[in-house]
Amino acid sequence: MSTALQQRRTQVAIFIVVLAGIIVLPLFFNPASGFVDDCTLALAYITMALGLNIIVGFAGLLDLGYVAFYAIGAYTMGWLASGFYADADIHIGVTGFAENLPGIHLNFFLVLIAAMVFTTIAGIIIGLPTLRLRGDYIAIVTLAFGEIIGRVAINGDEIKFSEGFPLTNGRQGITPVDKIDLPFVDQFTSLNLRPWYWVALGLVLVVLFVNFRLRDSRLGRAWIALREDEVAAISMGIPAVKTKLFAYGTGAAFGGISGAFLASYLNTVNADQFQFSFSIFVLAMVILGGLGSIWGVVLGSVALTFINYRLIPDVLNDVPNKVGLDFDLTELSFGIFGFLLVVMMVLRPEGLIPERRRQMELEEGIGAGDTELELVEP
Amino acid sequence: MEAASLPATRPKPLRVLQDWLSKYGLIVVLLAMPVYYGIQDLSDDGNLTRLGGNIVDGLSNGAIWALVAIGYTLVYGIIELINFAHGEVFMIGSFTAAGFFGTVGLTAGMGVPGLALGLLLTLVVCMVVSGMLNVMIERVAYRPLRNAPVLAPLITAVGFSFILQNVGILWRGGSQEGIPDLINSQHELFTIFGLDITNGDVLSIGTTVPLVILMVTFINQSRLGKAMRATAQDPEAARLMGINVDTTISLTFLIGGMLAGAAGLIYALYQTTIWYAQGFTAGLIAFTAAVMGGIGNIKGAVLGGVIIGIIQQISDNRIGTEWTPAIVFAYLVLIMVFKPSGLLGEETREAG
Repeated sequence: MSTALQQRRTQVAIFIVVLAGIIVLPLFFNPASGFVDDCTLALAYITMALGLNIIVGFAGLLDLGYVAFYAIGAYTMGWLASGFYADADIHIGVTGFAENLPGIHLNFFLVLIAAMVFTTIAGIIIGLPTLRLRGDYIAIVTLAFGEIIGRVAINGDEIKFSEGFPLTNGRQGITPVDKIDLPFVDQFTSLNLRPWYWVALGLVLVVLFVNFRLRDSRLGRAWIALREDEVAAISMGIPAVKTKLFAYGTGAAFGGISGAFLASYLNTVNADQFQFSFSIFVLAMVILGGLGSIWGVVLGSVALTFINYRLIPDVLNDVPNKVGLDFDLTELSFGIFGFLLVVMMVLRPEGLIPERRRQMELEEGIGAGDTELELVEP
Repeated sequence: MEAASLPATRPKPLRVLQDWLSKYGLIVVLLAMPVYYGIQDLSDDGNLTRLGGNIVDGLSNGAIWALVAIGYTLVYGIIELINFAHGEVFMIGSFTAAGFFGTVGLTAGMGVPGLALGLLLTLVVCMVVSGMLNVMIERVAYRPLRNAPVLAPLITAVGFSFILQNVGILWRGGSQEGIPDLINSQHELFTIFGLDITNGDVLSIGTTVPLVILMVTFINQSRLGKAMRATAQDPEAARLMGINVDTTISLTFLIGGMLAGAAGLIYALYQTTIWYAQGFTAGLIAFTAAVMGGIGNIKGAVLGGVIIGIIQQISDNRIGTEWTPAIVFAYLVLIMVFKPSGLLGEETREAG
């Protein structure tokens, strides 16, 4: 008992030390440097991947259209906190610069709540047709929804509620988007990325906390039960419909939060951001880290963000020059990313930090690996 | 299974409605668009020529999707994996065709016999290249993961699809590229019922039909085809019966890849533009077709391909090209809602 308690204490102590390190990290770098930029992106992607982890990792519903929630979150920010609807004149809770601009300008935290509401509704709508389906069919339906929303984003400038109120701004994008505005913190500008970093870190901490509490809750156990054996779970009295829709709803809400943050951070909501490859990018973070494992997903997101935004463009790009070859490696970044996915999956299919339950299954040979040809486990 | 997720007691009229919907809903949904525009045409022009034109174009486009969809259906039937790289195999088929035209020196001005021989040779080359590529992908990316968690091969499939797209970019650049219109594909060959049949239509349907017949015969009649069907039904039992399951799976990928290669050639000749991203869209459309027909079912894949082709053409023509993907995917969702097993539904291991 006492050793368990001690172990817990050391864990908490390590967590606090690491957290403190992460908080002060940007102070050691130039506030406008690429490193702080990458870190902020990584934090935003962690939020997103943790959301997808609830759907895919906990509940076992393969979602290939997660970009839909990113899009809806980002557009919520674009609609409610920018000069896009210049004819409207609504200002709630904004101070400073945005106060005198035309358009709809809501406080960032109001937008976050709106984004959560919108994406939760979207998650439930997308979840509904998949309830009767299983396995890969769910993947296809979510993929279809993701593509439909991407298309609507691209062609949304044709859809008008009334004159001067189109749904989106298509490939031109909604820009500029309001910056986050907080009292007592430095100005959020593109030259000082530290406040962005801290807000993103705050979001990650909230989402992490919610994730842990959900996983250990009755709902979390219901998700895992449904994932492991749907028939058994239902016969034990787990309400499948409600439980699955909860997974879609919560997972979507996290995507919405991150989407709204990224819209403000990137200062644009552009239809080209919402492509299928983004869904795969986030899904790869979850699977690489270890499905259902919260710390694994965090690690997976950080790893893939840095591979994608730092390793490939900044480090590997110089390699051909150094060995005397004359070609541009940026053309290859997509392929390198694909190659890394293949290699990592072949070498470590269970993920970097596998969820304890899954690891047990793999070791004991229950479930997957049961027979040599047990190819798909429903 | 399904019943458990629904409320146990349901008022009777709703039950009847539900039965009716699951039986005929899909057909109603599929017919909605042609019927609507048919009526519109009749009231505007007094004839159905425009709709007929859409359907002819849709058939020849659909023939291409059908060939790609068969590859999806075969692979899904046997190892229950969405082979995400399949669309890219199709794209590589198109690129091989375009490259081979240049190598052999095929030009539009050549005489018919020379051209026909050259194209036949190209067809063989494309089929071999795509088929081998597909077998290689299975060996490298899927076979090591047979015992891994379910989602792992899906990620390697996507990874391979990224790699092949990048190969496409390096090979022929990142933008759409026109290739010589060897068969003069928009040339009107003949007219029936006021509908123009072009060279492209004849080529597309004339290549697809024999290939599909050949494949179906092979799978239904030959020993290897029998082994494929047995493995699809129950790999374990097939192995016990002395079937070499690994070879059979490789063979399935080979056949799927070959058909995709043929589709690539037809696409290149028919559309006369190729680019690296064509495979991604084609893959999604073909998968939709396979699901629509009932995955695991070759006839279903062909039927689904043709239907999707027609839907696409009608939407291109009436609603606007930019909305076509959204409409195709909306159809996919509707199919899933009304009849997840597809039109000619064949229960897969997973669904059953």
